[in-house]
Amino acid sequence: MNNKIVDLSLIDGVLDKYASVKGSLITILQQTQDIYGYLPKEAIELISEKTGIATSEIMGVGTFYTQFRFEPVGKYLIMLCQGTACHVNSSELILQTIKDELGIDDGETTEDGLFSLKCVACLGCCSLSPVMMINEDTYGSLTPDKTKKILKELREAAQ
Amino acid sequence: MRIVIGQGSCGIAAGAEKVRKALLNTNINKDDISITGCIGMCYLEPIVDIYDGDKLTRLVKVSENDAQAIADYVETGDFSKIESLTVSDEDSEFLTKQTRIALRNCGIINPEKIEEYIGADGYKALKKALSMTPEEVIDVVKTSGIGGRGGAGFPTWFKWNAARQSEGDEKYLICNADEGDPGAFMDRAVIESDPHNLIEGMLIGAYAIGAKHAVVYVRAEYPLAIKRLTNAIEQAKAEGIIGSNIFGSDFSCDFMIKAGAGAFVCGEETALIESLEGHRGMPRLKPPFPAQSGFWRKPSNINNVETFANIAWIINNGGEAFAAMGTEGSKGTKVFAVTGKVKRSGLVEIPMGKTLRDVIFDIGGGMKTDKEFKAVQMGGPSGGCIPASLIDTVIDYKALGATGAIMGSGGMVVMDESTCMVGMAKFFLDFTAKESCGKCIHCRIGTKRMLEMLDRITKGEGKEGDIELLEELCYSIKDGALCGLGQTAPNPVLTTIKYFRDEYEAHIKDNKCPAGECSDLIEYRIVEDKCKGCTLCARNCPVDAITGTVKNPHTINTDKCIKCGKCYSSCKFGAIVKE
Repeated sequence: MNNKIVDLSLIDGVLDKYASVKGSLITILQQTQDIYGYLPKEAIELISEKTGIATSEIMGVGTFYTQFRFEPVGKYLIMLCQGTACHVNSSELILQTIKDELGIDDGETTEDGLFSLKCVACLGCCSLSPVMMINEDTYGSLTPDKTKKILKELREAAQ
Repeated sequence: MRIVIGQGSCGIAAGAEKVRKALLNTNINKDDISITGCIGMCYLEPIVDIYDGDKLTRLVKVSENDAQAIADYVETGDFSKIESLTVSDEDSEFLTKQTRIALRNCGIINPEKIEEYIGADGYKALKKALSMTPEEVIDVVKTSGIGGRGGAGFPTWFKWNAARQSEGDEKYLICNADEGDPGAFMDRAVIESDPHNLIEGMLIGAYAIGAKHAVVYVRAEYPLAIKRLTNAIEQAKAEGIIGSNIFGSDFSCDFMIKAGAGAFVCGEETALIESLEGHRGMPRLKPPFPAQSGFWRKPSNINNVETFANIAWIINNGGEAFAAMGTEGSKGTKVFAVTGKVKRSGLVEIPMGKTLRDVIFDIGGGMKTDKEFKAVQMGGPSGGCIPASLIDTVIDYKALGATGAIMGSGGMVVMDESTCMVGMAKFFLDFTAKESCGKCIHCRIGTKRMLEMLDRITKGEGKEGDIELLEELCYSIKDGALCGLGQTAPNPVLTTIKYFRDEYEAHIKDNKCPAGECSDLIEYRIVEDKCKGCTLCARNCPVDAITGTVKNPHTINTDKCIKCGKCYSSCKFGAIVKE
C-alpha cells in the first residue's frame, strides 16, 4: 500500500536515546509511530538491529497493543468510542452513519486518503456520549445528522 | 474578580478552550483568567466560575458567544446578560450532596500550578509522613481501612506491609493509571485536575514500602493527563519534592511516567509489569506476588490512582477520620463516574454505605428520558447489571458483590427500558473477547464461544438450552482463567441471566427483543394517524423502502427495510414505531 521511501534518519534520535535502555521497546514504537503515523517495516527492522530485539518479538509486542498500526492512516483519523455509555446512547447509529458516508469499515481508509476509521475503547468522555475523536479534536453528543455535517466540513476544509 | 474555566478533557471536548480563548479576547485582565480541572458536573460543561473574593458565581453551558457578556459583568457588574447561565439550585446540589476526599481539589485549584496545590495544604502530609517511621505510616493506613480503589478492595496497608517486609534495596512503587473500564473516568479526572495529590500519595507510599523509584503507568488515550502529570513532576522536582533527600530527610525517590499502548488486560498488575518491561501484557503466575517479585523481579507495590489520591488526606486527618465514614467492611468514600441515561452525569464521590438510589436518583436526578429506570451496570466488563428492584443496595464491597456485580473502579452506567440486556451482555463479551490476551484457553476460546452464542440469540437464532450452556461456560471460564480479566469476564452474562432471564427467553423462544434494540428482531411501522406526510423519513431511508406522497401517510416496505432506524430517529411526529 505504501510505496514511499521511509526516511529512517528521522528515528535516529529516538534510537540514540532509548535503544540501550532496557524495557523501552513500547516507548520506541510509540515515538516511531508519532513520527511516521504508523510503524513502517523498514523502521521495525532498524529498531531490531539497534536494540537486538528480534523483529518477530517486536511484531509480537506491536500487534498486542491496539495503539500500533502497520499501515499509514488518512489525513483525518476518526476514533469512534465504543464505551458502555456510548453504546447505551446509540453509538451504533453513528458507526453506521460514518460507514455509509465514507464507504469504509472499521480499520479502513478512504481511497482519497482523507479519512481512516477506527473503533476504540472508551475515550473517557462518557458524559458527552456518543463521542468520537478526529485527530486531536473531540466531538460529543453526536447524532447522525451532526456526524454527517462534521465529515462534510472536514472534507471541504481539506480541499 | 477571578475567572476560572473548567478544563478537564470533558470540558475541553464540550468547548471550554474556545470559551477561554474568547474570554482572553475581551478586555478582562488576562491575569485574572485561569483554569481548573474537572469540576465533575460533566453534563453542564463548559463551566465558568467567577470568584469575587470568596463569593462564587457559577455559569454553565457557556459558549464562546457569552464571553462579552461575562466581560461586561466583570467590568460593570451588569448581571442581567449572564443570569440565564447561572447554575440552578437543583444542579448545585449535585456537588453539595457529595463528600469529596479524593476529589477535594478537583475543579478548585489550577492543576498546572504547584503553588495552588501547596496553598491547599499540599505536601503537608508528605512532610508529616517523613517525620514518622514507615511502619507508623502503614499503621495509619491500616487504621483508615482503605481498600484498593481499582475494584477489588484489597486492604492497601497489607500490600504496603508485604512490600516493606520484602528483602532488597531496589523496590518499586507503581501507580496503575491504565483506566480501561469503559464508562470509568475518575482516575483521568484526578490526574488532570489534581496531579500533585497523586504524586504526594505515591511519595508517601514509596516512603512506607522503602522504594526509591515511583512509576505511573498511564493510558496513552489520556494525553492531557500525561501532559499535566509530566508538568507536575517537573515542578515537584524543581521544589525538591521529588529527588534526593526530600525535605531534608534520608528519603530519596525518582519518578517516571510510562504510557500504556492500549490493552485492557494491563490493568491486571502482573500484566502491567510485563508491559512496563516492554513486553506483551500477559499476566504472570502468582505467586510470587509483585510484593516479592515484580518490576524487574524486584519487590513492587501497585495501587490505583484513586487509592493514592486518598493517602495525603488520611495522613493529614488520621486513619480514624477516614474510617469514621462508610460501613463496617468498606471505609471512606468512593468516586463513581455516573453516565448513561441519567439526567446529571459526572463524577460523584460519596461515603460508602449510601445506596445506589442516593447516587442515581438523589444526586444523579433520575432518568433523562421519559422511560423507566431498568438497571445500572457497575464494574465494567468485570462487573454486572443490577436491576431496578435492587436500587436500595448499599454501596459496600460485600453488598454489591452479593448482587453478582462488583464495586469495580467506579463506572456506573445507568440504563432505561430501551437497553436490551442480552445486547448488553454481548457488548461486554465482545469487549473481553477482543481484550483477552490469549494466554489461557478458557478465556481465549470461552469468551469467543459465548460471544457467538449471544450474537445468535440477538439475531433470533437462539436455541433451547442456550441459557444453560452459557451458564456452564461461564463457570468453566471462571475456574479456568489465570487472571482477573478471565475470572470476571462471565459476570455481565451471569447477572443479566440472573435478573433478566425472561428477556433471554423472549429472544430465544418468541424471537422478540422486549427492549426493541436488537435490529433483527424488530420491525418499523408508520402509524397512519400520526404521519403528516412530511417525506423526511423517505428522504432519509438509504434503501428507498419508504413510499408515499407529500401530505399523505407513508408506508414502509418491510421486505426492503434494513432496519437501520434512520426513519425512526428522523421522524419529528413520533409516527414511526418499533415492534
